[in-house]
Amino acid sequence: MATATVPTKACAINPLKMSQPIGAAFAFMGLSGAMPLLHGSQGCTSFGLTLFVRHFKEAVPLQTTAMSEVATVLGGYENLEQAILNIYNRTKPKIIGICSTGVTETNGDDVDAYLKLIRDKHPQLAKLPLVCVSTPDFKSAFQDGWEKAVARIVEMLVEGPNVNGLRDPSRVNVLPGCHLTPGDLDELRAILEDFGLRPCFLPDLAGSLDGHIPDEFTATTFGGIGVGEIASMGRAGWTIAVGGQMRRAAEVMQAKTGVPFRLFERLCGLGPNDDLMTFLSEISGRPVPSKYRRQRGQLADAMLDAHFHIGGRKLAIAAEPDLLFDLSSMLHDMGAQVTAAVTTTQSAVIERIKTEEVLIGDLEDLEEVARTKHCDLLITHSHGRQAAARLKIPFYRAGFPMFDRLGAGHQLSIGYRGTRDLIFDIANLVIADREENHQPTPDRWRGLAAVPAGAGNRSSMGSTERSIA
Amino acid sequence: MSSLAARVQSIFNEPGCAKNGSKSEAERKKGCTKQLQPGSAAGGCAFDGAKIALQPITDVAHLVHGPIACEGNSWDNRGAASSGSSLWRTAFTTDMSETDIVFGGEKRLCKAIKEIIDKYDPPAIFVYQTCIPAMIGDDINAVCKAASQRFGKPVIPINSPGFVGSKNLGNKLAGEALLDYVIGTQEPDYTTPYDVNLIGEYNLSGELWQVKPLLDELGVRILSCISGDAKYREVASSHRARAAMLVCSKAMINVARKMEERYGIPFFEGSFYGIQDSSESLRQIARLLVERGAPKDLLGRTEAVIAREEARAWAAIGPYKLRFKGKKALLITGGVKSWSVVAALQQAGLELVGTSVKKSTREDKERIKQLMGQDARMIEDMTPREMYKMLKDAKADIMLSGGKSQFVALKAAMPWLDINQERCHAYMGYLGMVKLVEEIDKSLSNPMWEQLRRPAPWQALARAMVQMQSTVAAVACDPAVTEAARRARKICFCKTVDLGTIEDAIYAHGLRSVEAVRDHTNAVGGCCKRRIEDVLASSPPAGLQAAE
Repeated sequence: MATATVPTKACAINPLKMSQPIGAAFAFMGLSGAMPLLHGSQGCTSFGLTLFVRHFKEAVPLQTTAMSEVATVLGGYENLEQAILNIYNRTKPKIIGICSTGVTETNGDDVDAYLKLIRDKHPQLAKLPLVCVSTPDFKSAFQDGWEKAVARIVEMLVEGPNVNGLRDPSRVNVLPGCHLTPGDLDELRAILEDFGLRPCFLPDLAGSLDGHIPDEFTATTFGGIGVGEIASMGRAGWTIAVGGQMRRAAEVMQAKTGVPFRLFERLCGLGPNDDLMTFLSEISGRPVPSKYRRQRGQLADAMLDAHFHIGGRKLAIAAEPDLLFDLSSMLHDMGAQVTAAVTTTQSAVIERIKTEEVLIGDLEDLEEVARTKHCDLLITHSHGRQAAARLKIPFYRAGFPMFDRLGAGHQLSIGYRGTRDLIFDIANLVIADREENHQPTPDRWRGLAAVPAGAGNRSSMGSTERSIA
Repeated sequence: MSSLAARVQSIFNEPGCAKNGSKSEAERKKGCTKQLQPGSAAGGCAFDGAKIALQPITDVAHLVHGPIACEGNSWDNRGAASSGSSLWRTAFTTDMSETDIVFGGEKRLCKAIKEIIDKYDPPAIFVYQTCIPAMIGDDINAVCKAASQRFGKPVIPINSPGFVGSKNLGNKLAGEALLDYVIGTQEPDYTTPYDVNLIGEYNLSGELWQVKPLLDELGVRILSCISGDAKYREVASSHRARAAMLVCSKAMINVARKMEERYGIPFFEGSFYGIQDSSESLRQIARLLVERGAPKDLLGRTEAVIAREEARAWAAIGPYKLRFKGKKALLITGGVKSWSVVAALQQAGLELVGTSVKKSTREDKERIKQLMGQDARMIEDMTPREMYKMLKDAKADIMLSGGKSQFVALKAAMPWLDINQERCHAYMGYLGMVKLVEEIDKSLSNPMWEQLRRPAPWQALARAMVQMQSTVAAVACDPAVTEAARRARKICFCKTVDLGTIEDAIYAHGLRSVEAVRDHTNAVGGCCKRRIEDVLASSPPAGLQAAE
């Protein structure tokens, strides 16, 4: 339905996009005892680190090969070797995830070959998994980095099927997209467990970045899926992938181990969760627990109560493709019009977004379309706060980064319950905005006929004009 | 890049820097930044440093020439405050693509500059070089020169790609760019004998405004602040100031020294952190201005203001002495500010158990020694693990540091206060120091800490159970033990076959009947028939996966 358009401007203003290497590093953060390592200048790591820390309000492990100008010219072998040895000696990680950056991709460092040389030279590293992903900054976006990293982890660390093909149907692999929060993962875990299934999340950010307080200080990730658990994922009965970005990893998993997968492109909204319940009931052979029957009722009731406020809203939304697709579809199904949609990178889900045009652009594009088309609800990550202040419309923060509010890691959007709360939050924003900014006055409806159609004054726009616009 | 390399060398050879002056010739050659350790480095790059130093200039468009990482991952992340334009908070980047890297990014940069001028018409554009365009040879100096001529507007190259060095080096390279292209290019509308520059002050959390009223009261005009809440025009005409104060010496000493050389503006290094430091700084400003010909009464007026403000501040801090009795603090900061903050905290009755001296000069260290006594713990470099241990062992009651070590303290359930750039409170001047003490008190006296340090109920339970030597406790605490216990339940008593064995057989072979279970295990299926049926009923059918 929607077409993806790339604006032709040379200068990106107020970027929506973040770079690929930190998306890949983010995936490694969901592994236990992991140290993500960016192969590039130290700034590449420092910016990413600050961003993660501001979002999660947690200590975040992320290291750098600290490429200097000279090292960049001569090649990064020595820096990579030193970095790996340093990390190995100081923090004793269970796995190191190496993500290339623009600098080391431009100078052509062959990281795979370097790793082979390093392994030959340092036999003590023989048992340490070193997973590398090629993630140049000048291509693609955050979500792509995550996608590549997870696919690579599956490719390198999951063991093939064992001799007798033994599978445990109660075990389920879950490959979540990067748009799910630790809170979402915990919700999904609880749902699966209520069906008697034993889920295994790759990556498992809920284990590592859920804000728990460890007893000991660790320099690597604390919590998350262990390397051993990843290896045994081939013994699961099913793989559930969440978000279009995870198709690739799920396919790699199936090709390698024969574990069939089911992709859920969305998990926000009534329909997608009905699909999930049906599927879980089928694979577990259990009826849907009464808890979820009740939650479905609550969601339905929330939709009834909120449709007065969300219905007809003109939504301006900017997010990475999977989150954009999920949230905009849910709100479209609640009667909102997806009027301005901006995303970061190409994806198969874009054409199914319920709008005419999706821009692959920045927050300036979003702000402009929102202004000209009189949008009255804004959804994007925290960087949208300046645009929201200028547009003076209700602003719901979603996606990464969310640095100016607390609880980013626990914001829910999936499941019946998560959708219910999300709908309430958004509807409440709309209600608060109406109370603060659009109270009726004696003159509000006076002289309406004299105002030319589409004059831009939203509060004075009648219903007939709205339907024309 | 040879000119950039030469510039970096010349910056390392800073005669104005006390620390540099005390080094040997060979040491000096190595430069003042530690060689970066791959795998254990932290901190920003030179580009980061340059942007930090210049971005607080509020009405300038800051255009980052590079791939998305440099700006997309970092924008809108610092809390400098502006009294006017908010253009500095708008992020501009060329977001270089693969094509640009193959064919060169100069054209895109040029187009980007034009787009910004068309849309925003700022008084100037700063163009930041980053690693990749530097590698592929984009000549931003040439592009900026051409653009300046074509658009009749200053377009200034900030040549500080990330990989040339640390954040601190970037601060200085940014300063060089100001000296080369900005300072001295415009004239102020008028001048007064009371005009000063503040160099290296970024107005984080608007803290400059805690001090400015005092300067206003004295009639001292901040001609230009480089760069907190600055306008381009102010920086461009800053060469007409009568005196300058170098606020954060490590960042922009080159700017202060060269402005003294070029325009004869005397400067001193001072700080508005801490009460005595604030007073000393006000005194110095007055002294320098009078030396340059300002009326002498300024000195007396300054002393009067100082006396009044000090009395107010000490009076406000006084009451905390009792509350802070016996409390110990650990101070981890950039070091320059250390000794003066130490003085204020001690005055409030806190005992300092350690302070970082990583960036302090020998003199600074001497002063700290005097204040804290011989056994003061001066910390050159402390790993997070050591910090954590120190806090956990309650050798300190509160840690004051930058945001990076925040979670070390908080996860140890110890009070912590941010005194670096991400902080949300302003701690400058007399007001700021009182605020700092207030914040410390709020943090220390919060009843939350006590609750958090209490063990969780199951920990307390487990302890009690262990005393009773019961395995129930272990089972309650550990899901793996619970699972093992569940699987160990005997199903067939005759042949002692447990639940786990039967479940495994069911999964492995997709068994659906008691007979099948009997074939695959030792279970008899006689008296245990019912139990096996139950197990079969609760196991999900294994055949499903084949069906899909």
